[in-house]
Amino acid sequence: MADDMLKSDNLPQNPERASLEGRNKFMGFWFFLGGETVLFASLFGTYLALRNSPAEGPTASEIFGLELVFIMTIVLLTSSLTSVYAMYHMKNGDFKKMQLWLGITVALGFTFLGFEIYEFYHYVHGYHFGYTTSAFSSAFYTLVGFHGGHVAFGLAWIISLMIRNAKRGINLYNAPKFYIASLYWHFIDVVWVFIFTVVYLMGKVG
Amino acid sequence: MSATARKAGFGAALWDYLTTVDHKKIGILYLVAGIFFFILGGLEAMLIRIQLISPNNEFISAQFYNEVLTMHGTTMIFLAAMPLIFALMNAVVPLQIGARDVAFPFVNSLGFWLFFFGGVMLNVSWFVTGAPDAGWTAYAPLSIFSEGHGVDFYAIGLQISGFGTLMGGINFIVTVVNMRAPGMTYMRMPLFTWTAFIASVLILFAFPALTVGLFMLTFDRLFGANFFDPAMGGNAIIWEHLFWIFGHPEVYILILPAFGVFSEVIPTFAKKRLFGYSSMVFATVLIAFLGFMVWAHHMFTVGLGPIANSIFAVATMAIAVPTGIKIFNWLFTLWGGSIRLTSPMVFALGFIPTFTIGGMTGVMLASAAADFQYHDSYFVVAHFHYVIVGGVVLGLFAGIIYWWPKMFGTMLNEKLNHWFFWLFFIGFHLTFFIQHFLGLMGMPRRYWKFLPDQGLDLFNLISTIGAFFMAVGTIVFLYNVIITQVKGVKVSGDPWDARTLEWAIPSPPPFYNFKQEPLVRGLDPLWIEKTEGNGKIQPATPLGDIHMPNNSFVPFMMSLGLFIAGFGVMFQGTYWVLAVIGFGITAGSMLYRSFKDDLGYHVHKEDLEDEKGDGSNG
Ligand code: HEM
Ligand SMILES: [Cu+2]
Repeated sequence: MADDMLKSDNLPQNPERASLEGRNKFMGFWFFLGGETVLFASLFGTYLALRNSPAEGPTASEIFGLELVFIMTIVLLTSSLTSVYAMYHMKNGDFKKMQLWLGITVALGFTFLGFEIYEFYHYVHGYHFGYTTSAFSSAFYTLVGFHGGHVAFGLAWIISLMIRNAKRGINLYNAPKFYIASLYWHFIDVVWVFIFTVVYLMGKVG
Repeated sequence: MSATARKAGFGAALWDYLTTVDHKKIGILYLVAGIFFFILGGLEAMLIRIQLISPNNEFISAQFYNEVLTMHGTTMIFLAAMPLIFALMNAVVPLQIGARDVAFPFVNSLGFWLFFFGGVMLNVSWFVTGAPDAGWTAYAPLSIFSEGHGVDFYAIGLQISGFGTLMGGINFIVTVVNMRAPGMTYMRMPLFTWTAFIASVLILFAFPALTVGLFMLTFDRLFGANFFDPAMGGNAIIWEHLFWIFGHPEVYILILPAFGVFSEVIPTFAKKRLFGYSSMVFATVLIAFLGFMVWAHHMFTVGLGPIANSIFAVATMAIAVPTGIKIFNWLFTLWGGSIRLTSPMVFALGFIPTFTIGGMTGVMLASAAADFQYHDSYFVVAHFHYVIVGGVVLGLFAGIIYWWPKMFGTMLNEKLNHWFFWLFFIGFHLTFFIQHFLGLMGMPRRYWKFLPDQGLDLFNLISTIGAFFMAVGTIVFLYNVIITQVKGVKVSGDPWDARTLEWAIPSPPPFYNFKQEPLVRGLDPLWIEKTEGNGKIQPATPLGDIHMPNNSFVPFMMSLGLFIAGFGVMFQGTYWVLAVIGFGITAGSMLYRSFKDDLGYHVHKEDLEDEKGDGSNG
C-alpha cells in the first residue's frame, strides 16, 4: 500500500482525492481558506476604516495610478489560468506538461511580485509615502503587503514541490500537494481582485 | 505513563512525547500543560485577592498588580482553558467517532507545540522587562503606550499560540467530517463530539480576527505603524472590534465543549438517553451562529449609538434562548432517571444552577442602557466568572475526572473528588457571588486598591476567603492525581457503565484505538449493544493491516523556530540575528517536511491477531 502511493502509472481520474490522506488534505485546506477569508476580511475592514485618514501624508487618489495595477491584475489572473492548465495535465497524468504550466505560473507570479515591489518603491521614494507616514499608509501596506507575502509564500511552495518531484511523476502521495497548492494560488488571485476593487478603484474613483 | 514508556526509561519516554503524533498522547500533553498553566493562573489570582483583602493594602505594587491581573486573565483563557479543552477533544473525539486517529496527526502535534511555545513566550516576560500590563483585552491606546516589552510578549506569544489553536480547530473539523466509523452518522454523534466540532468551526472563523488584531498591535508597537494612534489618523476602536469579534466567539469556544461534557455525564449517571438530543444539536449550532453577531455588547459604552447598541442587545438576549433549551434538556434528562451521585455527576449538578445565574446576569448586562451602570465594575467580573468558572471550569474538571480512566487506565479517588468539588464549589460562590454586589455598589474592576469605609471592606474580605477555599480544593485535586498515579491501580475499559463508543475499548486504548472499525447502530452505540446485543460493539470491517503515521520531531522544531524569532522581532538591533535564525529553523523544518516523504507504516494483521484482548470488541 505504501508503495502504491508512490507509483506513477495507472492513476485514477482524480489522483488528488483518491486516498483518505488526500481527501483530508483537500477538505482541511478548504477550511483553512475559510479562515484566511476572515483574515483578509479583517484587513479589508481595517483598511476601509482608515483609508481616508492620511494625516499629513498623501491621499489615495494622489498616489494611485491604475495602469500598472491593471497590468498586475492581468498577470495574476493569467497565472490562475495557467495553474488550471497544470492541474488539468495532472489529472491526465502528464507530468511534464504539468511542470511546464506550473513553471509559467511561477514566472507570472514573480512578474507580479516584481511589479509590486516597484510600486512600493515608487510610493516611498516618489511620494514619501512610507509605512509609518499615516494610518492610511500603514493600513495600505499591511493589507497589500499581506497579499504580497501570500504570493511569495505560494511561489516558494510551488517551486519546492516542483523541485522535490522533478525526478518522479505524479503519484497518489504528491497529487494532493500539487492540488492544494493550486487552490491556494486561486485564493490569492481572488483576494487580489478585491484589493484591485477596494483599494485601487475605490481609491481613485470613490 | 504508558507501559512502553516505563520500560524504556525516561529519555526514551521524553523523546516519545516530543515526537508523538498520537492523539491520545497529545491529549496528555495538553492536559499536563493546561493544568500547569491553570496552577500558574491560580497563583496569580491568589495574589490579586490577597492584595484586595483589605482597603489600601500594600501587599504588591501597583505596577506588579497590573501585570498579575493581565497575566491571570490571559493565562486562564488562552493557556489553561483552551488547552484543557483540546486535551479532552484529543482524548475523546477520535474514540467517540470510532476513528484510529485524527485527520492530521502531524498538524495535531504542531498545534500543541505552537500553543506550548506561545505560552512559554508569554511567561518569559516575567523575567525580561516585566509582564504585559494592559489587561487581557489589551485595549489601545493603553497597550500602545505601555512601556517595556510586556505587551510585545503578549502580542507575539498569543500570535504563536493562536496559530496552534487554529490548526487544532481545522484538524478537528476534518476529523469529524471525514473519519467517522461506519454507521456513525451526524445525528448519532455524541454531544461532546458535536460541541467539539462546532467549537472548532468557531475557532476557524474567530481566531483570524485576533491574528490580524495582534499583527496590528505588534506593528504599531514595534514598527511605527499608526493603526491605533489618533494623532496619525488611526482609530483605537478598531482594536476593540477585532478583539471582540474574536473574543465573544471565544467564550463559546470555551463553553460549548463544557456543555458537551455535561451532555455525556448526565445521561451516563442518570441511566437515561439524553433528553431532546436533536434540539441539543440544534441549540449548539444556533448558539455558535448567534455568537458571531453579538461582539459589540462588550462595547456598549464606546458610543456606537443607540441603534447599534439596540441591535447588539437584542441579539445577545436571543442567545439566552438556545442556552435555556439546553438547561431544560439536562433537567429533563435527570427527571425520572436512576441517578448515581458520582463526582462528575455532582459537578454537573453544581453546574446547572451556577451557570443559570451567570446567564441571568448576562441578560442583565445585555440591556444596553443598564450596562452603562454595570460596565467595567465588579458586576461584570462576577458575571464572567459565573459562566467561565461555573461553566467552563466545572465542565473541564467533570470531563477530566470522567475520562481519566480512559486516558490513564486508572481511577481518581472518588472521595477526594467529592472533597475537591465541595471546597471548590463553596469557595467559588463565596468569592464571586458577593462581587455582584461589590459591582452594584460601584467598585470598579481592575483597580489596585479600594478605599476604607465605603462599605466594600467586608465583602472583599469574604471574597478573598472564598478564593482560599478554591485553592485548597485544587490542591486536593492535585494530591488525588499524584496518589492515583503512584498507586496505579488499573480499571476496566468501562468503569462507569457508560453509553458511548470510547468505553468499548480498553483503558488506555491500544495505540491504534480500534482493531477493527466499529459498526455503529444508533445513538449511544455501546448502550444499544448492552441492552439489545451481547454488550460488545460489532466490527464493521474484517481484520486487516492498520496504517499508522510516523512520529516526527519537526513540529517541535517549527514551533521552537518561531519562539526564537519572536525575540528577534521584539528586541531588534543586533537581535535581528535571532529572527534570522528562528525563521530559518522554521522554514528549514517546513522544507524538510515537504522534501522527505512520510508515508507512515503498517501494523500487520498477523501481529494484531497475536495481541491479547481485541481492540474493537472490548
Ligand atoms: C446568556 C448568555 C450570556 C450573555 C447574555 C452575556 C452577556 C455579556 C455582556 C453583555 C458582557 C459585557 C459586560 C460589560 O463589559 O459591561 C459580558 C462580558 C463577559 N462575558 Fe458574557 N454573556 C453570556 C455568556 C457568557 C459565557 C458563556 C461566557 C464564557 C464562557 C461569557 C464570558 C464573558 C466574559 C469573559 C466577559 C468579560 C469580558 C471582559 O470585559 O473582560 N459570557 N457578557
Ligand atoms: Cu460577549
